[in-house]
Formats: sequence, C-alpha cells, structure tokens
Amino acid sequence: MQKFDAFTGNLAVATAMKQINPDVCAAYPITPSTEIMMIFADFVSNGEVNTELVTVESEHSAMSACIGASLAGGRVMTATSSAGLAYMWELLSVASGLRCPIVMTCVNRALSAPLNIHCDHSDAMGARDTGWIQIFSENAQEAYDNVIQAIRIAEHKDVKLPVMVCVDGFIISHSYEKMQYMEDKEVRDFVGEFKPYKSLLNVEKPETFGAMVLPNYYMEFKRQVREGMERARQVILEVGEEFSQRFGRYYSNFENYMLDDADFVFVVMNSAAGTVKHVVKNLREKGIKAGVLKPRVFRPFPFKEIADTLKNSKIICVLDRAETFGAEGGPLYLEIKSALQTIESNPTVINRIFGLGQRDFLPYHVENVFKEMRNYLDSGNIKMFDYVNLRD
Amino acid sequence: MSELKSWREIPKGAVIEEAGNSEEYKTGTWRSFRPIWYKDKCIQCYRCWTFCPDSSILIKEGKVAGINYEYCKGCGICAHECPKKASAIEMVPEKT
Repeated sequence: MQKFDAFTGNLAVATAMKQINPDVCAAYPITPSTEIMMIFADFVSNGEVNTELVTVESEHSAMSACIGASLAGGRVMTATSSAGLAYMWELLSVASGLRCPIVMTCVNRALSAPLNIHCDHSDAMGARDTGWIQIFSENAQEAYDNVIQAIRIAEHKDVKLPVMVCVDGFIISHSYEKMQYMEDKEVRDFVGEFKPYKSLLNVEKPETFGAMVLPNYYMEFKRQVREGMERARQVILEVGEEFSQRFGRYYSNFENYMLDDADFVFVVMNSAAGTVKHVVKNLREKGIKAGVLKPRVFRPFPFKEIADTLKNSKIICVLDRAETFGAEGGPLYLEIKSALQTIESNPTVINRIFGLGQRDFLPYHVENVFKEMRNYLDSGNIKMFDYVNLRD
Repeated sequence: MSELKSWREIPKGAVIEEAGNSEEYKTGTWRSFRPIWYKDKCIQCYRCWTFCPDSSILIKEGKVAGINYEYCKGCGICAHECPKKASAIEMVPEKT
C-alpha cells in the first residue's frame, strides 16, 4: 500500500535507507548531502533501524570503512557530494576492484575552485571510470526508487559492483515535492536478505582480501570488473521491470519522452530534464516534432539502445552539466557521439554546457537553443559547442 | 606460480581463497645477488636466521645448514648481520 507525502530529495533518500535497513553506514558530512545522514542518524538513535552508524573523520575514511564493512559481509550504504566524492576517489576503484556492492547517494555539487556549494555534475563525472554503476535521478521520487533498486543491482551475483545514485544538489535535495512511498515491509521484501559473496568474518574458511596483484594477473581482475558492468545492463532492466510490476513506476536505461518521430532531440540528465520536457511539450502543441532522451544509467552507458532510438532524428542537442576542459565537448556529449558511431545514419550532434555551479537554466534558455537548431535545418549553420546563459 | 589462469577462472575481487598459500609463490627468482654460506666459517650464532625476512635460512638438527634459494630474494641482510669475525656469508652477483 503506497502513500503520498511531501519529501525533499534528501528525505527521500534517507527514507529509502531506513526502509532498506543496511548493516553499516559510514559517512562524513558535506553540503548538500549532509542532511541525508543527519536524518538517517535520527532513525538510528530512535531505534528505527539496526544500522551501525560509523562517524569518521573524512570521506576517505568513510569509503574505507564502507569497504571494510562490505568485505566483512555487511550491506553498506553512504552518501556524499562534490569534494567529498573527490576525496573518496582513491577508494572508489578499491570498492569496485574488491567487488563491494556498496550503494552511495551522490548529491551532485560543483567542484572547487572557485568554491561553490551548488549543483552540477562535475563530481559524478570525475568518477565515471572508477567501476561504479551510475544511476541518475530527475526528482525525489526517482532518487527514492533508484536507491531501492540500486541495492538489488549492486548485490546481484552477476554484478557485485558498487552503485552511485546521483541526484541534483539543492534543486532536488532541498526542495519539497509530492512523492509516493512504499511501506517498510514492501521495501524489505523487494531488497531481500543480503547474502555476501565472501566474508572476512568467515572463520571457518579464512581468506585474504585486498592483496597486491602483480602485472601477471592485474589485467584479468580489471577484465572481471568490465564483465560485471556488462552484465549489469541486463540486471538493471530486470530489476526495473520487477520494480514497475510491484510498485507501478516504470524504470529503464533511459526515458524516452516524445522521441518516436522526433526531428529535434534534447539529451539531458537529472533535474534539468523536467525543464526541457516542459518546453518540448509546448513545442509539440505547436506541431513541432521535438523530444527528450533522459539517460538514467550513465554507467554502464546504454549506447546501443540510445543510438537506435536517435537514429532517425535530424539534430540532437546534448546538454552537459559538467565541463571536460580540452575534450571536444562535455562527458554526455562524448558518449552520445561515440554511441552514434555504432550506426549508419549520422544525425548532427551539438553540445551545450549549462548550469555549472547551479547557473539558472530556464525554459527560455531551452527555447533559444531550439531556435538555433531550427535555424540550422534551413541554413546549415550552427555552433557545435557553446554555453547556455553565459555572459560572453 | 605454475600455469596462469584466465579471468574467467579466478575469484572475483582478487580474493585469495586458500590460507597460507604464499608458500606457492617462489620469490627466489627476484634475486640479483646470491648469498653464499661457508659452512667452515659459520660460528652458529643464528644472527642470519634471526634477521632473514623470508625465513630462508635452513636449519638442520638445530644447526644452520644453508640457504633456501627458492624463497631467498637476495636482500643481503644475512651477510650484513653475520659477525665480522666469522664473515660466513658472501653476496655474489647472480648469473644472468
């Protein structure tokens, strides 16, 4: 039986964590994710969960403690943002390399300098190649649903990889919105009992974790991580399917919004997708064939399915909320361009960087980009790379 | 290490499943200097046995009896610790 209530993104994630009832959480506070662990600490103090909450002295220690607890056989969760994720960086590939199914919420925030506490995706994008599955959430509802599904994905026997659930700082983490949530028992039934693959605490059969591996074996272990990531593609779809059957909200690799016959396509992740969908809906009402592709899973990137969906469009604008400084375009743009190399048709792809450090991204900004795209079909001229709402 | 296995055959996450299997890893191939032990000079003080970080000093019937070259990495600690008046261990370059 599901109920509606008002939730912030952080409250949604903390509620999902309460319902999952993990064995261990190790965390260090950083804006805008701090509130998740603050709320969760209340659940611990009030006896609503059985979790061992470990307060540590840094994010480096937080992820280290999470890895240790995971290897000991526990179900482990944490949350961080921005510089916190950057400080964890060394341990991120340790978590994936040791096959720890840790679930971490990354409340997306810009990286310094200049110091900025507001939203962009430069934190998560810096971690895109560390062997973590990355799932992006448009709103509190998706953050809640994704955290619950992430447990099943991470712990699946074919995957055994950590999952990062991304949600936009402040825009979602601190804004209240209507959200549907399940009963505790429904969530606990869905995530099930955690069965560790191996455990440090298994004294019957002592094993060594985290030993050094020389050049003659290192590559084989990294190949195994790729295999886990490849297999996650199917697992993510299966878990999404089961989730939608049980709870009525459908989840796939990406959201297809009015794409089927779209000439003009916007590709955008997380909260900004809501703004773009609003504009696209208005364009459709005027008879313009526009659509939105919102990737939900960034790692493993669903390049085949996305290329197949985009193959008949005329012009695609990829909106990136992160910089790459020196590459052809933003990280999402590079993925889309690379995905389109796998098919024969060749739609024009442009890139727009928007919303860094939470710069406003409003409907008229999307409309202006659309005007450029429509003009391109007549004139053949368009800037391939540009910024949105930047003082030039 | 005998035959190298494919990524499909090894435990996920580089877990070492058998306890105490470092014995199977013959570190003697790392050596660039080889300790030579001279039985006639040895005063049986056990300093080499005490300090050897790889437990590669062989003991037979309570007496130093030589060096286990399967595991000795050639660090030279035994020769350094051997009392000057004995100088029973000499480091010589390994033949390449």
